[in-house]
Amino acid sequence: MQEEELRAVVIATLKTIAPEVEEGDLRPDRPLRNQVDLDSMDWLNFLIGLHEKLKVDIPEADYAKLVTLGDVLDYLKKKLA
Amino acid sequence: MDRPTIIRKTAADLRVPPNLADYAAARAAFSWEAVQAELAGLPGGGLNIAYEAVERHAQGARRDNVAFRFLGANTSRDISYGELSRLTNRFANVLKSLGVGKGERLFILSGRIPELYVAVLGSFKNGTAVSPLFSAFGPEPIATRIKLGEGAVLVTTELLYERKVAKIRDQLPTLRHVLLVGEDGQATAVPDTFDLGKLMAEASDIFDIVPTQAEDLSLLHFTSGTTGTPKGAMHVHGAVATHWATGKYALDLHAEDIYWCTADPGWVTGTSYGIIAPLLHGVTSIVDEADFDAERWYRILAEQKVSVWYTAPTAIRMLMKAGAEIARKHSYPSLRFVASVGEPLNPEAVWWGKEVLGLPIHDNWWQTETGGIMIANTPAADIKPGSMGRPLPGIEAAIVKKDAEGKRPGVSEEANAREAGVMPELKVSLVDTADTEGELALKAGWPSMLRGYLHNEERYRKCFAGEWYLTGDLAKRDADGYFWFVGRADDVIKSAGHLIGPFEVESALMEHPAVAEAGVIGKPDEMVGEVVKAFVSLKKGFEASDALRMELLGHARKKLGAVVAPKEIDFLPSLPRTRSGKIMRRLLKARELGLPEGDTSTLEAG
Repeated sequence: MQEEELRAVVIATLKTIAPEVEEGDLRPDRPLRNQVDLDSMDWLNFLIGLHEKLKVDIPEADYAKLVTLGDVLDYLKKKLA
Repeated sequence: MDRPTIIRKTAADLRVPPNLADYAAARAAFSWEAVQAELAGLPGGGLNIAYEAVERHAQGARRDNVAFRFLGANTSRDISYGELSRLTNRFANVLKSLGVGKGERLFILSGRIPELYVAVLGSFKNGTAVSPLFSAFGPEPIATRIKLGEGAVLVTTELLYERKVAKIRDQLPTLRHVLLVGEDGQATAVPDTFDLGKLMAEASDIFDIVPTQAEDLSLLHFTSGTTGTPKGAMHVHGAVATHWATGKYALDLHAEDIYWCTADPGWVTGTSYGIIAPLLHGVTSIVDEADFDAERWYRILAEQKVSVWYTAPTAIRMLMKAGAEIARKHSYPSLRFVASVGEPLNPEAVWWGKEVLGLPIHDNWWQTETGGIMIANTPAADIKPGSMGRPLPGIEAAIVKKDAEGKRPGVSEEANAREAGVMPELKVSLVDTADTEGELALKAGWPSMLRGYLHNEERYRKCFAGEWYLTGDLAKRDADGYFWFVGRADDVIKSAGHLIGPFEVESALMEHPAVAEAGVIGKPDEMVGEVVKAFVSLKKGFEASDALRMELLGHARKKLGAVVAPKEIDFLPSLPRTRSGKIMRRLLKARELGLPEGDTSTLEAG
């Protein structure tokens, strides 16, 4: 999967939970949850959504590594490689 | 798995002598006067929470003891009682220099950063009342609360100000000053605001505490009702007697404890037990600035050597879901007592604690209005998993039923009574038969009881029937005196331990041009108790579609924030209403759950 395509999937998944998100406002190097209001349940649903769409296993032990949008993209890229 | 219905405690369960060893004897010997005598009081007379919580230790043997340890993403900052005293003096001087006085209201909107804690305690020193807001609130709940509370000052971060407050600032005429914390400790230069860091650096670290009295306003906590705007529950400095007594009995705090309350100070638990109670007992509190993460939480419990842990059912269920393997990467030899509050803790979660952490989890019960823990499972007492425990010393709890003639009056009846200048007085009778459902009531008069809802005397009076405060929770008491939560007596939604008023959510949805009517319910959820679910009908010319559903969801989230906005939205051709025009939320809920709708003509028309 191309990087752009992956990014589009991640943003689309985020938007099913937080439709108000404006992609252009997101800074990939900042904690995502400082930029988008996501409570614990939203965050969990976001990660579950990624797992379902991309068929990638995201074990709970890895959640702590996923802070910024950049972290999420890098993590998924490695998993999909 | 079949498990016993009771967890018996033995001497082996108690690693330190418990503060509440003999329940019956402690209750018999208890008096609030004796507790009040254990407080220091202000040297010149009066009572101030910050003096009891900070100064008493800063001027004594615990001066260098760590009061708070703030854990950032990869950082750790310790603040001793001595330093906390100086920082809060600086903050009090900042308020004084801005002309903010006693009795005025300061609002706080931030994550769990040191400035929040300093602002709360510094405000107490200045006699200024504090109203903490949850940082995940959207602009509307923020504006509603600051307006209702006539906030004079807001302390927030640059990021939150720009995202949530700047656009509503012109709706807040009472707000004279906004004090900003810059990102990563940097200076800020946002128009019409002050850089808090700069003001703090310029302020003196010596301050004479404003002589507050026990009945002076200390905290304003907003809570949600079924109808209308949120209610501002007023609490006073004298509440500190309850914080002291419950820190001792319900949390079993001992001076050498490392204590971790995971609640955010935006909710009452995070203030009463995340700030005040642990400081009163001179212990070290861990504050995690990050969001929930199972791996991180276990690491904090282990590495910080947490001995007393106060958390919430939703968090426990999320840990359970993450699996025991993550927990077993660490060991917890320092942990000796675990308590939980926010919603009933299911028996599986109580047992999970015993099996995974080596300690059962002790549920307890209280609410914004009670100001402190009222009913609890305590270290030396047997636990009946699923029960909230027994009333603490100093607290009389009962199950009551409203008497026929004292029934909450219907709208017209009440309007008549109001015209006649009298409120119909509510009458209740006690339910003495064990295991019988009724409303949970508390005998009025404990020190942290709310003193009123700001500007809403009528709603306050409706909370009382004679000497009984009515909690709005339905419960049962068993033959051993243990209380069991049954449900809410009203339509208020309880999600992840927080009360959400359906009216506030419905109002925000109604502001969307496509929405004709909205009804909001709590839909049962394994993880968080209930999730907010909305039903809407559309105005002529609008068609139900997934795109519109997403648009409404985004609209609600932008206005309300993630914690208040619905998680699910369904379209209906029209919503069921009573003859008087009120949306029948209970019917919506019954249909959602596939329950019998019952005789709808008997549903209350009030």
